This record gives sequence, structure tokens and C-alpha cells, in this order.
Amino acid sequence: MNTIDRLKKKADQLRMDTLDMILEAGSGHIGGSFSIADIITSLYYDVMDITGGPHDEDRDRFVLSKGHANPILYAVLLDKGFVPKDAKGTLRQFGSPFQGHPDSSVCPGIDCTTGSLGQGISVGTGMALGLKKLGKDSRVFVVAGDGELNEGLCWEAFMAASNFQLDNLTIIIDRNMLQLGGHTEDLMKLGDLKAKMESFGFAVDEIDGHDIGSIGSTLRKKYPDTPHCIIAKTIKGKGVSYMENNPSWHGGIPKGEEVAQAYKELGGTCHG
Amino acid sequence: MADKKATRHGFYDGLVNLARKHHDIYAVDADLGSATGSSIFQKEFPDRYIDVGIAEQNLVGISAGLARVGLVPFCSSMAVFVAGRGFEIIRNAVAYSRINVKIVGSHTGITAAGDGGSHQAIADMAAMRAIPNMVVLSPCDYFQAAKMAELMYAHQGPMYIRTSREPVEAVTSLDDEIVLGKAQQLCDGKDVCIIATGMMTVLAIEAAKALHEEGIEAKVVNIHTIKPLDAIGIKEAVLSCKGRVVVCEEANMFGGLSEGVASILVEEDGIRFAWVAIEDRFGQSGATSVLLGAYGITKENIVRKAWSVIQR
Repeated sequence: MNTIDRLKKKADQLRMDTLDMILEAGSGHIGGSFSIADIITSLYYDVMDITGGPHDEDRDRFVLSKGHANPILYAVLLDKGFVPKDAKGTLRQFGSPFQGHPDSSVCPGIDCTTGSLGQGISVGTGMALGLKKLGKDSRVFVVAGDGELNEGLCWEAFMAASNFQLDNLTIIIDRNMLQLGGHTEDLMKLGDLKAKMESFGFAVDEIDGHDIGSIGSTLRKKYPDTPHCIIAKTIKGKGVSYMENNPSWHGGIPKGEEVAQAYKELGGTCHG
Repeated sequence: MADKKATRHGFYDGLVNLARKHHDIYAVDADLGSATGSSIFQKEFPDRYIDVGIAEQNLVGISAGLARVGLVPFCSSMAVFVAGRGFEIIRNAVAYSRINVKIVGSHTGITAAGDGGSHQAIADMAAMRAIPNMVVLSPCDYFQAAKMAELMYAHQGPMYIRTSREPVEAVTSLDDEIVLGKAQQLCDGKDVCIIATGMMTVLAIEAAKALHEEGIEAKVVNIHTIKPLDAIGIKEAVLSCKGRVVVCEEANMFGGLSEGVASILVEEDGIRFAWVAIEDRFGQSGATSVLLGAYGITKENIVRKAWSVIQR
């Protein structure tokens, strides 16, 4: 199997693991988890240097600024063995490392606590700045939601990232065009996002966020003295036809026949 | 009498001294270095000074990032802005996962004076105290502020220190040990216990001297650690003064030291309690001495409150 096919298969496996966890918990964000599944797979299984494990000071860092998509990240951490396998059935339960939003103090492998939107972008920017001050080559990858960009703090951080010439920082915007209350352009329009990010001093690439080949090659790009922004056009709920582009799957839970169909479309069978 | 000096300068003099030995110390500011006192750090360590511009949310977020990769950031702005505008970032990006960020809020209380009510932090102590995992410090003079830099560096985890613009007389020295979470007795007495923090401690000592002239022996206890508050030390001090206590803080009366002390004493019998604090109103512009008088932040008011609990 070539790399691309291997990564595609991994992404669908992670989607199914995510579905397992959310069905077990009875709540969680499927739509936003699925839209970033291919991006997170490319990062953790192809691009990021985490060979030294989750505590290696020289590792690349990952920040899930849209913290509500954490089930897909937990699926990765389980698969990597950073978290014991028996944590899988504990999503959102009392005492679990898999809190409703990622908390680094209880979950190994989480590089940054998030959940309050906008903050991961700011903290990730500080991490990139700190790594440069320390003379390290490590890179910082931040996945942010498009709705999240409503938060003013994001733009404070973007200004700082270009001011400090953080070419070790990559912001990946999950441009699925949907937020809780509806379409991003109806609710609070972002307009020409590429132009906005360029005007804030970023080198910007626009890609199909489900084309795992172009995700990898774009994530590897570095622009000297310039932070990198990837606008990844994605489909919320990607991988399960009835969930795709439907805002009710932001936090909805499939039932009955829907469950079987979801696993079938992802190429597997229901585990539960 | 020693020169009057402000805690905002004491803290950064202490930090600069410490940063000569410890190269992981960084200062982060939001374009207020000349006001907070951090510009002295910038002068000596330009490569370890980060100015994020006028953006207090990002000030805290960037600092959390620096701490996450192993640096020890001290981030500062006027307390109104860093503890106010930065509050939710402090809560979620710093305190929630116990990230090692040190927060410095300057211009606390009404002694921010001329800038007016918009700049006078009167709720910062209450706000920071309400966050789990947060340690809250409030030095009483230049030397205590200078020593606190060391204490903050040695402690692993989030901390907030409130400093003041107003130069005050020194009542401690660099030789006086500061133990985190321990009340510090500065004058002994048995008739009334005056508990104070920040620039109020100097006034409390002056009030104790005035009371001495009137035949009253006042104990003065300085609280440099607002959280964790020294419940045992405070109880002992107050009970040794017949349960008579006056709490003094340059902050709003709600949520700060006064209510903290009251909560410790609430189960004790025979407590007679009074406070000298800002009585739930905003500050305003004015000469410092005029403002202090208008808001009752005076030696005379402490003496009056002391008599009120003695005669009650």
C-alpha cells in the first residue's frame, strides 16, 4: 500500500474510533472531528516529528485550538499508545483523561489545553516564539476552526506571529463554512479569508482539506521569516454522507440505522 | 527615614537581579513597560523581553505558550487590564492546567490616581483569588516586592502579584524572610489586631503608633499572600487580641482580603470586625492624598475603626 492509501485508511479508522467513543459517551462533536480527520492524520502519521514521544522537548507541537473536535485527537493518542487503551471508553466521564475539551494536565500527549475558542492560536504562537528563543527547530501546528476566528484574540495572535517572524508556526484553518448557529458567512462573515490572512503577514495556501496528498506537501512548506496559514476547505461531517455539510451534526449523535450506515460508509463495521 | 519607593519598581529590580542567574526568565509586557516597571528588564535583557503590543489577552496567551515550552514568563500590564481583560485566558490557558505563568498587575487600588477610575484596579485580588490553582501575592513595600521575584521563580505554577504605583516607606528589609502563605507580624499588641496588605500595611503601622499614644496596643499583621490565606496565623493573631480585628486593603470591599479574613473568623465566637476598604464604588481622578482621604484609605480611618471594635 502506498503512503497516500495508508494515510486514507488511517483517517477512516480514526473516524470510526471517534464514532465509537462518541456513541459510548452519548455526546461529543462528530462533525468538526470528521472535517479535520485527514489533516490530523497527515500531521501525526506523516509530517510531525514526534519520534521522541510526547514529552521530548525537541518534538513538534500540535494545538487543537478548536478543542471541541478532541475525540479525533484522542483517537490518535490512543492509536499512538500515548494514552492507555482502556481510556477509550471513558470519553467525557468522571475522572477520565478524555475530558470534554482537552486538558494537558490529565491527558498525556495533549500539547495545549484548549476549549475556550481563540486561545489555542495565541498559546501556539507563544510556543513557537519560545521554541525559537530556545534555538530549537521544532515546529508548531495549530488547527483552528473558521467560526473560531470570530474571536478577537485570534487576530491579536496573528499580528504577533508575523511581527515575530514565526516561520516555525503553521495555522491550519478548518474552513468547513459552518459554526454552531449556521453558515459562517451568514452568522459573522469572514469574507476573503485568504486576503485577510495575507494582510496580517501570513504566507497563505488554500487546499482541499480532504486531499491527503496535498495536505502533506503543503504542511511541509516553509516560508522564511513568515508564519504559514493553510486554509483547508473541508466538509463538516466528512466521510458519512448524511452528516456532510449538515450543521445538525455539529453535536448530534447517530441512532439506529444511522449508526450502521456510518460505519459502513467508513469502511468498517460497528464495534459496539 | 528611608526613601519612599514603589512596589512596581521593587519587583522588577528583584527580577532583573534574579534573571542574571536564571536565563529562562522572560518578561512579557503589553506596551506598558514604563508604567508597570518592566522596562528596566528590557534595558538589561532585550532578547528576553517580549512586547506583544496593546493586547492583554494575547499577553497571557503568548506567556502560556512560552511556559509550555519550558521558559518562565513574567507577564505584566496594569492590573485592570491583565487581570480584567486577561481573566478568562488566565483561567483557561494558565490556571486550569497549572501552567507556570507569573502575572504582574501594577497600578492597583486608587493610588493609580490621575488616570482615573478606568485605570484603578479594585477587583483584581477578588478576581484572581476566585480562580483555582492561583496563588495571589500582595507585597507591602519595595523590599518585599523585590524578594517576591525569587519566591515566584522558585514556585512551580500560576501566580499573580499586585504591585502599586505609589511610593511608600519601607517597613521590611531584604533580610526579612517571606514564607508563602504565612501571615507576617510586624508590630505586637493585644488590644486590637490590624490586618493589612499592600500599601495599607504602612498605614496600619502608622495607625498602631497613633493608637499607642492613646494607650492602645495594636498588633499589625501583614498579609503578603492573599491566597492561600494563612487561616491558622490569622485566627491566632485575632484571638490573641480579644477577637478585635480591623482589615485594611486598597481594593473594593468585596472578594478581597476583608472577606477572606471574615470567612476564616466566621465560626469563632466573640469576633468584632471592621474593615478599611473601598466601599463598593469606582475610583476617580485626583491627587493621591485627596483620593485617599475621600475614600477613607487613611491612618485616621484605621484608628477610628480600631476604636469602634474596641468599644463595641
